[in-house]
Amino acid sequence: MTETTATIAHFLGFTALLRRSGFAVAPEQSMAWLTAIELLGPGEIGDIRRAARATLAPPPERFGDFDALFDAHFLGSIVPGLEGEQSDEEPLRAAEDGAIGPEPEFGDETHDSGAEAASAERLLARRFSAGEDTQTLRRFARALPSRVPRRRGYRWRSARTGTGADARRMFRDAMRHAGEFVKLRRRRRRLRQRRIVVLIDVSGSMKERTQAHLAFAHALARAADAVEVFTMGTRLTRITRPLRLKSREQALATASLLVADWDGGTRIGDALNAFLAVPRFAALVHGAVLLVLSDGLERGDPTAMADAVARFSRIAWRIVWLTPLAADPGFEPRTAGLVAARPYLDELGDGGSIEKICAHVLDLAEVSAA
Amino acid sequence: MAVRQTIVGISSPRELEEALRAAYYLADDELSTAAYLALALGKPLLLEGAPGVGKTEAAKAIAGVLGRSLLRLQCYEGVDAAAALYEWNFPRQMLALRQAGAYGDTIDIYRDEFLIERPMLACLRRPHETMLLIDEIDRSDHEFEAFLLEFLSDFQISIPERGAIKAYERPVVILTSNRTRELHEALRRRCVYHWIEYPSAEREMRIIMMRASGVSERAARAVVAAVGRLRREPLAKLPGIAEAVEWAEAATLLNEQGERWPEAFRRSLGVVLKDEDDLVHIAPRIEAILAEAQA
Repeated sequence: MTETTATIAHFLGFTALLRRSGFAVAPEQSMAWLTAIELLGPGEIGDIRRAARATLAPPPERFGDFDALFDAHFLGSIVPGLEGEQSDEEPLRAAEDGAIGPEPEFGDETHDSGAEAASAERLLARRFSAGEDTQTLRRFARALPSRVPRRRGYRWRSARTGTGADARRMFRDAMRHAGEFVKLRRRRRRLRQRRIVVLIDVSGSMKERTQAHLAFAHALARAADAVEVFTMGTRLTRITRPLRLKSREQALATASLLVADWDGGTRIGDALNAFLAVPRFAALVHGAVLLVLSDGLERGDPTAMADAVARFSRIAWRIVWLTPLAADPGFEPRTAGLVAARPYLDELGDGGSIEKICAHVLDLAEVSAA
Repeated sequence: MAVRQTIVGISSPRELEEALRAAYYLADDELSTAAYLALALGKPLLLEGAPGVGKTEAAKAIAGVLGRSLLRLQCYEGVDAAAALYEWNFPRQMLALRQAGAYGDTIDIYRDEFLIERPMLACLRRPHETMLLIDEIDRSDHEFEAFLLEFLSDFQISIPERGAIKAYERPVVILTSNRTRELHEALRRRCVYHWIEYPSAEREMRIIMMRASGVSERAARAVVAAVGRLRREPLAKLPGIAEAVEWAEAATLLNEQGERWPEAFRRSLGVVLKDEDDLVHIAPRIEAILAEAQA
């Protein structure tokens, strides 16, 4: 009895190891795996591995990691790559925009001392004032509701001019009129707005633009229904909720308190991977427009950034990357990260000014109409 | 979780592999294990892989082994409940009502004869005779995926006029995806998963010999080598297994009509590469690739 418990604990140790290494493993999958092992009977390790692959369903890009972890856990071999990576740097965490700030000590500091806080990590709080571009943003907010990108929904609704006859309704009406068809009814698919997910780079190299970008994000969040806004620098912070406030000053001030990494370094690849690692966040991007406002100057590993963008391209509807560097007409991406990510972007455009960014967003609907 | 050790006399992955071979499908260890586990655990089987690696063929072969009829639901953008579940036959209902009205009878217009079954409903009502194949699910909308999630966990659907219909035993369901987009994590979690790779050269050769009639072993070997080489090229559409089989057959046919070997392969290239850009890309090097493959 104790022996079986120990064996089960050993198997469950593997699923725990997988979770620590960033694989999503649900309890029902662990259960299915244990049942599968029992079903296949005491046999070779190959059976256990195949059962693990089938029931725990690792994504195909990570089969290599998965097998290495399997070997490490069951065969006792060492995994140099994985361990080295983890000890290298503190893993990038995603911060929520709940009542508590991203870092407890940081939150306390701001509450104690008011607005200004600085720490050894160069976590800076920043105050914003509503600036120029107000006119542009006001025009943008007015134009947006009729031009947000939409997709066809699952449900039908009756409409005067529709793509098909609404048979269900017509026959129901006919029963009311003793079986006579009185009127041709039509129906069409309901349209739904595609979610717009905005990632704002708040690193040092984008310093002069972050304020304008936040103001833009605020206008967008107010004007459209489904919008999510995140900032990324050395960490990832969700600032959607404060941006829903009506007053821009108030919204930007509240949002700026949440973001702890103003003008720091850039680890875009890590930030994007941190985003994808939270299933709830990743689900936000399904079928959505991903709008990245960043110069793409990646200090970290360019392949990590390209891999993350490739994953985004498989789940998002469109990825639009707007960089202020593209204001120059002869612009070609030159940084390693952006060059590697270029094939996965649907659009790499000019984010040099608020007018340009607004114009790009308003043009998204043109694509969706096609 | 209702676990069944033995399904139609098959009680291990090896036995399933043999049964599939008898149905003209060569499965590897991984696929037969995943398929056996799906059947034994009563979970849906999710097959992912590049187009043309034989996902749909695998489903057909499994249906053949189980002796069940295959209900295929081809997904497309905008697939809806009327295509997947059921529809009322309104014209028949109307005719029946008029007829009943003329004789002064009453009639129940929500009887089975007025219900048009679509694959998912049909599979719920006859789970032991049918197998449901939901093909290319990555083409459907997110809402359909969410709806499918509900269907796959309860195996129950509700028709407002009739109430809930539930399967009396868990049906066998196979889903395929070309991975043009990622599926929701929750859907993957519900399923037993298998990623189908392009087959190894040795296995692909056995597939060609089994599927194609009258192809010599030498021709099959050359086709496998050339196709393997083509799959490493940056082509828009990589040749699948079906294309490899067709190429071997086409080249053999030309050869029988007196065409010499490398020329027979080159002239039947249109069977493998079906994209103008791909043909242009490969044209300068095709001679070298064929020569290398024949060696």
